[in-house]
Amino acid sequence: MIRERISWFIKSVRRLLWPFARSVLLIGLSFVILYPIVKKISLAVRAKTDLYSPIVVWIPQNFSLENFRYAIEMMDYWKTLINTTLLCLLTTVLTLISCGLAGYGFARLKFKGSNLLFAGVILTILVPPTTIFIPVYLNLKDFTLMGLIPLIAGKSVNLMDSFWPFVLTSITGNSFKGGLFIFIFRQFFRGIPRELEEAAYVDGASVTKTFTSIMLPNAIPAIITVALFSFVWQWNDSFYTTMYLPSAKVMATQLASLPYNLSIKLTSMLGGSAKADPFYLSMVQDTGILLAMLPLIILYIFTQRYFVESIERTGIVG
Amino acid sequence: MKSDLNVRGNITTVNIKRRHRSYERQKAVWGFIYVLPWLIGFISFFIIPLVTSLRYSLSKVEVKEGGLHITFVGLNNYIEAFTVHTSFNRTLVESITDMIVNVPLIVVFSLFIAVILNQKFRGRTFARAVFFLPVILASGIIANLESSSLIEAVQAEREGSRFLNILTSFELERMMLEMGVDDTIVSYLTGAVNRIYEIISQSGVQILIFLAGIQSIPSSMYEVAIIEGSTGYEAFWKITFPLVSPLILVNVIYTIIDHFSSNAMTDLIRETALRNFNFGLSSAMAWVYFAAISIILVVCSYLISKRVFYQE
Repeated sequence: MIRERISWFIKSVRRLLWPFARSVLLIGLSFVILYPIVKKISLAVRAKTDLYSPIVVWIPQNFSLENFRYAIEMMDYWKTLINTTLLCLLTTVLTLISCGLAGYGFARLKFKGSNLLFAGVILTILVPPTTIFIPVYLNLKDFTLMGLIPLIAGKSVNLMDSFWPFVLTSITGNSFKGGLFIFIFRQFFRGIPRELEEAAYVDGASVTKTFTSIMLPNAIPAIITVALFSFVWQWNDSFYTTMYLPSAKVMATQLASLPYNLSIKLTSMLGGSAKADPFYLSMVQDTGILLAMLPLIILYIFTQRYFVESIERTGIVG
Repeated sequence: MKSDLNVRGNITTVNIKRRHRSYERQKAVWGFIYVLPWLIGFISFFIIPLVTSLRYSLSKVEVKEGGLHITFVGLNNYIEAFTVHTSFNRTLVESITDMIVNVPLIVVFSLFIAVILNQKFRGRTFARAVFFLPVILASGIIANLESSSLIEAVQAEREGSRFLNILTSFELERMMLEMGVDDTIVSYLTGAVNRIYEIISQSGVQILIFLAGIQSIPSSMYEVAIIEGSTGYEAFWKITFPLVSPLILVNVIYTIIDHFSSNAMTDLIRETALRNFNFGLSSAMAWVYFAAISIILVVCSYLISKRVFYQE
């Protein structure tokens, strides 16, 4: 009797222990993830005087939106926001088109040498972008379109500081991590049953018709996944943006130059003699980062559920 | 009558066959057309630059009026990178060791989290949303700037050293050392605990991939396991782990290529090219880096694929 009780007790402790350990772990790790964001929000809304106040830890004593005002002014936020959004939308749409087509081509429309070309896709994923960026840079700086442009205009065109490098690389599916997107699309299209395609064929649909009206509507999870990744990675990318757009106002370059601009501005406000307070600088910089992240967080809140579901159905795994 | 039917039947088969063959050919043609945009980009933005960069690495590249002057110098750039350049060797070794240290941690951690996030509990949707947040936020410029934030560094110093370090790693370290665990392993694990944010922020996509893999395992397998009286722990090692093991390779490769986007080596290569305009040296560095990574990728793939379990 007693022994039974003890074993029942051990069992129920076990049953309770794992959920407890799990929730401790999950809450702890969630805290680690959310901590920087919450901290940034708390820093962003406090006044300068609260920075050194020992009693202010999380909730500021004097609320102030001055940090936001500075950060918005220094980053030229609204213009930057519009520029960045335009750039990201443009590359996302073009990447979707080119990678979707290529992914479907590799998955279902086999031709001689298509497997060899797909090995090329894998190669583009594996080679670090730094290995090839100098020739790409020089090529786009003196762009000739395979010798065509000098014939018409007389000399090559400098595409730097325009959206053209992004347009050209993403319409050809060779933008940042383009190979990965082709891979995702290919895996997904391979998972769509062949019968669907054959039924369309029996009904007399052409290849293009099959693709646009049968395959694409079925590929929405993959499209959302690729669109979100492409948008976000373009938004955060500093490697290509600083290379192609050294002086344009997009989020990545503005953020990168924010600390520098800010220290100049604050030093000049103090009369040029004293150095600006590095803590205050850091506070405004954090506000800038928060402002840059904000659109992404909003986007994520809306697409998050869809995103998690879609990855599960994307078949990256298969 | 009968033979007539036969003939007609034959004609239809031939017709269908012919139509089918033409459809196959049509598909092949369209396949090529669909792949064509990528192919153009692949040649002009990948193959040609790749070859050019190899050529640059073997020559002295000077920017002069009227374009680039390229003179072949053999392996000089490579020799310069290894023997003359002040920080190349150190940076290369550092970024490679960094990668080797982090890859196993990230893969194990993300598998663990994926298993947990797959279980049923209250607030699962929220937990998932939080864990995938780093996919969005911890990449590129934001992560770079974040690590240089002064306030957070100082505050972490002020609060954290008391709260995080001493509590977790110091106690942990002492405990493990007393248990007789090897010294290097202890410092590896405690180092991982201290860098937990870095590891979490780099494992978002990997968690997604593992989660997708776990969900594709048929639930009947687990039902059988429960009927046979296995515990959750056993079910993990006997069912989940073998079936997601092919994805370990995928995740290892993904983690390695994810390191490309921002590390000390990448920065050094960029600096050498864009600030010092030493294209030859920069290309040579990039090729050494690529070669080192290729070796790691090949070794990893070989080691892992030998142990991976495939269902077929």
